Amino acid sequence: MSEDISAELVLPRERCGELLELVVKKGYRLIGPKLEQGAIVFGPLRGVDDLPEGWTDEQSPGRYRAVRRSDASLFGYAAGPRSLRRFFQLPDVELVVLRRGQDGPRLDYGSGDTRPIALIGARGCDLRALAIQDQVLARGAYPDPRYVARRANTLVIAVQCTEPSGSCFCTSMGAGPRAELGFDLALTEVVDAERHHFVVEVGSERGRELVAELALALAAPRLSSEARERVAGAAARMGRRFEEAAVHDALLANLEHPEWDRLGERCLSCTNCTLVCPTCFCTTSEDRIDLTGDVVERHVRHDSCFSEEFSHLHGGSARASIRSRYRQWLTHKFATWYDQFGSSGCVGCGRCITSCPVGIDVTQEISVIGGEPCKLNP
Amino acid sequence: MKKRLAVWKFASCDGCQLSLLACEDEFLALAEAVDIAYFLEASSRIKNGPYDLSLVEGSITTAHDLQRIQEVRRVSKKLMTIGACATSGGIQALRDFADIKEFTSAVYARPEYIETLATSTPISAHVSVDYELRGCPVNKRQLLQVVSALINDLPPHVASHPVCVECKLRGNVCVTVAQGTPCLGPITHAGCGALCPSFARGCYGCFGPADSHNVEALTRLLADQLSELEITRIFSTFNSGAPAFREQHDKLVRLRVLGKQGS
Repeated sequence: MSEDISAELVLPRERCGELLELVVKKGYRLIGPKLEQGAIVFGPLRGVDDLPEGWTDEQSPGRYRAVRRSDASLFGYAAGPRSLRRFFQLPDVELVVLRRGQDGPRLDYGSGDTRPIALIGARGCDLRALAIQDQVLARGAYPDPRYVARRANTLVIAVQCTEPSGSCFCTSMGAGPRAELGFDLALTEVVDAERHHFVVEVGSERGRELVAELALALAAPRLSSEARERVAGAAARMGRRFEEAAVHDALLANLEHPEWDRLGERCLSCTNCTLVCPTCFCTTSEDRIDLTGDVVERHVRHDSCFSEEFSHLHGGSARASIRSRYRQWLTHKFATWYDQFGSSGCVGCGRCITSCPVGIDVTQEISVIGGEPCKLNP
Repeated sequence: MKKRLAVWKFASCDGCQLSLLACEDEFLALAEAVDIAYFLEASSRIKNGPYDLSLVEGSITTAHDLQRIQEVRRVSKKLMTIGACATSGGIQALRDFADIKEFTSAVYARPEYIETLATSTPISAHVSVDYELRGCPVNKRQLLQVVSALINDLPPHVASHPVCVECKLRGNVCVTVAQGTPCLGPITHAGCGALCPSFARGCYGCFGPADSHNVEALTRLLADQLSELEITRIFSTFNSGAPAFREQHDKLVRLRVLGKQGS
């Protein structure tokens, strides 16, 4: 193969299995898309046969349906309801176990499975979300050692997005559909009646080693440009667009907008949006004691700012109304995240829109609350 | 010295007490850790009070039980209700919506033998309750965790968020969003571990209302999925006595009556 890291290669569909087997042989756990419970979600993969071949999705506010495609695409779908968060910041993990012993108390820190993860089929939005979580959980003043350990040596085989859903808006957030950074390999699926290929971009030395072992051929320039056109086509089909740079000031200038009251009436406070969001990172801790009183476990689990307990201080919840909780979430995600972490907290994956049972659309709400500077599809 | 535990039954199906017995291996550990001083479902051997912790199952439906619950409170240092009956009146609180005389004459050959109150009320309507554990029945894991905390003098932790959180922790895909299945999860108190949605069914609200809930918004959503009558019924099951569910039930009944009068 060429020594030029920027040269694109071609992986025929029938050799996809080989690529995944090679990754497993190198000691990685595969996390990728699979059809489960009527949705295409990230989960542990055994191999290429677990991929959602011939499936896609229909998404709109409050509604998700997995549906058959007319072709045999392996990655022909948009962001599903399970983000990558749970594989790096576990939903419920034992932080420490305290045991009463003969010679005083003993502390054991749980480690969990820290074999490196290979992400298969991560999109541009997924990779941006991981970068945001890294900023919060690995690079802040108080890095989370469990997150850092699980993130170490993650191998990323991204798949460029060619199928945005009706809820997607990554172009507004500058997070896609093309993944430009943060992958070892990035595939673009090109499938039609005659062919089924993946155009392979190499993003790292580790990626280069993988394709060298597979001895992949160079992609014909025409195939490469076709792949690029497909991703560009996805950008053009994005359902909505707004001026993201205006959102910070526009939201913070409208903290008493009457729309917040209407949101307080519509929002179920069910927590779905926060728990499907790939960048939400909030947790709480719980102590569990056994019957003998000799063993106490401290667990850390995902929590949500939509739960009333989340802001419980002395005397009660600081955000007792649903209105105040919704406002806190939206303004943090889209505005004060900048002040805290230097970027937006949103990647435009649309998960919160699809997964809201009552169909609240954050882009619509931003355009109403932020007014003219934030209007949709200017 | 071991803490003394008592388990009491009022109007109920015994299912919550059975959850304790169904702990099996852990039940033996419990019997080691505490002195089970009063638990008729497990043993006819009775030790007199006072008791450090009383678990109370069932609702108050008779004049005799009205007196008995006062006595239970008097001999209990801490009192925790277990399950929907004790916490919100149970399925038998459906009598509150109807005429109890009609019920007894329809059900019993000799209704004159039946002495019962017109209502089924939660324990907290009669005595002060230290802790409430939700569910129909209670979740045995949660029951053991809470009992373990209480006998070790620690504050028990019972999350009051909705079932949706438990779905997400398990990695469940939302049944409402992905299947269009009606589900009470967004307004229902967690504790079951999202049992029904994990088997592709909607939540039936066995644990009653979550601490924070938007029943009105969920009712609007359910209107796309269920008939008016079905929505009215789904708010009048095991937790029909819980204020948030009862108010919504009553409101829907009023609206239906008004709608019929109008047409």
